[in-house]
Amino acid sequence: MNEFLTLMKSELVITAFIFLLLFIKIGKGMKNESLLSIIQVLLLINFIAGFFFNKEGSLFGDMFHTSSLIVFQKNLLSLGVYLISMLFSDWLKKSEHLAEFFLLMLSALLGMFFMISSGNLLIFYLSLELATIPVAAMVNFDLVKKRSSEGAMKMILSSAFSSGILLFGISLLYGATGTISFAEIPLQLDNSPLQILAFVFLFTAFAFKLSIVPFHFWTADVYEGSPMAVTAFLSVVSKGSVAFIFISTLYKVFQPMGDMWYAMLVILAVATMVIGNLFALRQQNIKRFLAFSSIAQVGFILVGISNSGTIGVEAVVYFIMIYIFSNLAAFGVASVISEQSGKENIDDYKGLYKTNPFLCWILALALFSLAGIPPTAGFFGKLFLITAGAAKGGYWFIIIAALNMIVSLYYYLRVIRAAFMDKNENPIEKIKTTASVKLALVICGAGIVLVGLLSWIYEYIQSLS
Amino acid sequence: MNLLLLIGIPLLTALAVLLAGNKQQVKWISLVGSMLQLGLSIVLLIAFREERATGNTTQMLFEHSYKLFSTPNINFHFGVDGISVAMILLTSFVLIAGVLVSWNIEKMTKEFYFLLILLALGAYGFFISLDLFILFFFLEISVIPKYLLIGIWGSGKKEYSANKLALMLMGGSALILVGILGLYFTAGQSFDILTLSTTKIPGNIQLVIFPLLFLGFGVFTALFPLHTWVPDGHSSAPTAGSMFLAGISMKLGGYGCLRVATYLLPEGAKEYADIIIVLSAIAILYGAFATMMQKDLKYINAYSSVSHVGFSLLGIGMLTQTAITGALMQMVSHGLMTALFFAVIGMIYDRTHTRMVNEMGGLMKVMPFITTVFFIVGLCSLGLPGLSGFVAEMTVFMGSWQQDDAFHRIATIAAAMSIVVTAVYILRAIGNTAMGPLKNESYLQLKDASWNEKLAAIVLVGGILAIGIAPGWLNDLLRPAAEEIMNKIAGK
Repeated sequence: MNEFLTLMKSELVITAFIFLLLFIKIGKGMKNESLLSIIQVLLLINFIAGFFFNKEGSLFGDMFHTSSLIVFQKNLLSLGVYLISMLFSDWLKKSEHLAEFFLLMLSALLGMFFMISSGNLLIFYLSLELATIPVAAMVNFDLVKKRSSEGAMKMILSSAFSSGILLFGISLLYGATGTISFAEIPLQLDNSPLQILAFVFLFTAFAFKLSIVPFHFWTADVYEGSPMAVTAFLSVVSKGSVAFIFISTLYKVFQPMGDMWYAMLVILAVATMVIGNLFALRQQNIKRFLAFSSIAQVGFILVGISNSGTIGVEAVVYFIMIYIFSNLAAFGVASVISEQSGKENIDDYKGLYKTNPFLCWILALALFSLAGIPPTAGFFGKLFLITAGAAKGGYWFIIIAALNMIVSLYYYLRVIRAAFMDKNENPIEKIKTTASVKLALVICGAGIVLVGLLSWIYEYIQSLS
Repeated sequence: MNLLLLIGIPLLTALAVLLAGNKQQVKWISLVGSMLQLGLSIVLLIAFREERATGNTTQMLFEHSYKLFSTPNINFHFGVDGISVAMILLTSFVLIAGVLVSWNIEKMTKEFYFLLILLALGAYGFFISLDLFILFFFLEISVIPKYLLIGIWGSGKKEYSANKLALMLMGGSALILVGILGLYFTAGQSFDILTLSTTKIPGNIQLVIFPLLFLGFGVFTALFPLHTWVPDGHSSAPTAGSMFLAGISMKLGGYGCLRVATYLLPEGAKEYADIIIVLSAIAILYGAFATMMQKDLKYINAYSSVSHVGFSLLGIGMLTQTAITGALMQMVSHGLMTALFFAVIGMIYDRTHTRMVNEMGGLMKVMPFITTVFFIVGLCSLGLPGLSGFVAEMTVFMGSWQQDDAFHRIATIAAAMSIVVTAVYILRAIGNTAMGPLKNESYLQLKDASWNEKLAAIVLVGGILAIGIAPGWLNDLLRPAAEEIMNKIAGK
């Protein structure tokens, strides 16, 4: 019993919060502002609590297992959710269904927690669904906007499709190996055609969730349609969680197939980086722009994953940590601007520096970090990914990755150029940022600068894996 | 002395600039910071000479190493040899002059000085790093300041130039990155330059990695045909920006070509030396002839920079001790000279609001100080004895002449002929602007240099004269370091 409480601590805390929110919702109506502050405090507690009383072990006959690395990954996701609740507070306050929004978000987070901790295919599938279906409802949260419904429809259809493929892969894998336990599958793998087929189906399902090219088509429309907070959640928290389970599945469960998936990863990484970058070049809408840039970032994550050793795990976890700060900062700035001026196009940002220097510097830091330019942390994150990828010795692969950094720099500079250099008679007016938004932006900015320079953070991740 | 001071002071200055209340404070903080930095560099020079005088012949002095990441094996490993000391001095001179000539900048003063000091910080860090990863980190740090300095405070087609510069330099960085990672994995997972220099790297791998590194750094130092960002970047940048770009940033590339590519991969260097010589000879001649066609003063200096930097690459390609010493002298000399050149152009432009040679004339009458400095820097550029340009170019030619086969001789002669062309365009530019009748009556109202401009010019002219009249100290600094590199190339 005691073990049940400590090992599943994060999940239990989230579940308790979900019930608490339900009761609040049923009870007397509360003002949005105070409800939001309560939720923010709860999420902060959740994030801080994540660092205490952690144990390693497994439950329910290895269906659920946890380790210090998994706990750290969960903490990162909690941090992402906390920052989202702060960054988008302007939008959230106006929402009529604030409690429901967080109910859905926390349910999805619960699904992700179970997913990262899953020890067999069954619970993995269940938790993946739990992490997906609430998000589809969240995408539809701008109830009056047609695009929002369209995005939700696309999301639910494509994820249903990918779930179908995943289930098919699971059943084939069960047929081929006779087990659904992550610990036992690798013992049964012998690269028979049926197993390879099963693996390809599983891989495809992951590719859908991570929007790896050529399974990325849903991404841009869904990102554009959903409210900015949901887009941020999708691109940072949701993607991060899938990347975590993807890497542990590949490394632990499908380790005997290493050579095969290395080749697959190389091809897909190159395709993802190139296509993501090329499409990002032409985007006008900031959300679509960030959507394609996040596709390209996933390509870089795949470069790191191709390492297939502990360096790969470390580099990916570290990169996602930095990515949370950088991408959330970019989305946060874009959201504040779109909330108060209704403008979402890159051209609208012209002359922004004159009126909003603080937002511009945060945006610049975030974009430079995404582009991987020092002194921001993105530089270290990206270099470690590339170093991890280079360990296998594929020079062409690394050259392509490095060249993609140039292309990505070009389009990140487009935004910076609009904000800092282009002249505009009527720039967006001075934007009022509330204290919580400002605090969250400062946290993100500090994260972007410090995570790279404070090397003990990376050492800490190393000590976990 | 602890070398971390060299990056600590700029860092503190930059932070202080951010916290400063008004424009006056920003300027004075920057000036004090850069003066401290100059003082520190001179202290470093003296300490370095004293240490050497006591017979300490360790390759790197004042070494310090702080562990940063254990895997991948990255350390804050610092140390200086003669080359680094010379480059650090150069950076300090240019920084102080850059701060002074920007005194009257009105637009976003705080941001301007912050970026300027950040740019210098990157250069200091680069020159003292002995760890390739950290070296790369500092090399890359300067991308943001360069981009923003040109894009925000520049003139002309500044957005285009800023973009072109950032992307081309990023391209160079990408090549360097791949090269560094190649070195890291072939040499047993180490980024350390001193460790790598004692590791035997297989010949066939050197042949792959050397061009990556040399071309990568070559982009930074305007290796022909990767020089195209130079004219646009320099001409669009604000005065201090051009001074930094040409005076320091291009030297980062030259230093990298020598310290990283040539020193660590001697087999590769020998194999590709001929190609380097051909490319740099083309750059020297092409740069010189292209300058003849220019009418804009900034373009004149930008193209002549391509030509002058070609001499340092030529020296590296010649692979003799004297030539490499000359190449390094040329880097220092060109850094001072070109910074001064851009400073003078900036001063003239601030007054006449034109940079076109044919619209000016007779400026000697209205601003004697500025035009005198203009004369000095022009004569230095065309290699008049007594000024630094002569010393540096002469050393390169002497070193080149030591290679006595026909190919090297022809390349040397071709490069030497460019001096005639240089004389033509320099004398024409100076003659048309300074001499003759006053073309525009309104120029009579113009004032001569103010105190800050005078001080900036004096600092840089002092540097040029110190090398030109007494080149011995610089030679003492550079020659042992060049010898170390040559020993490695000769396989000793």
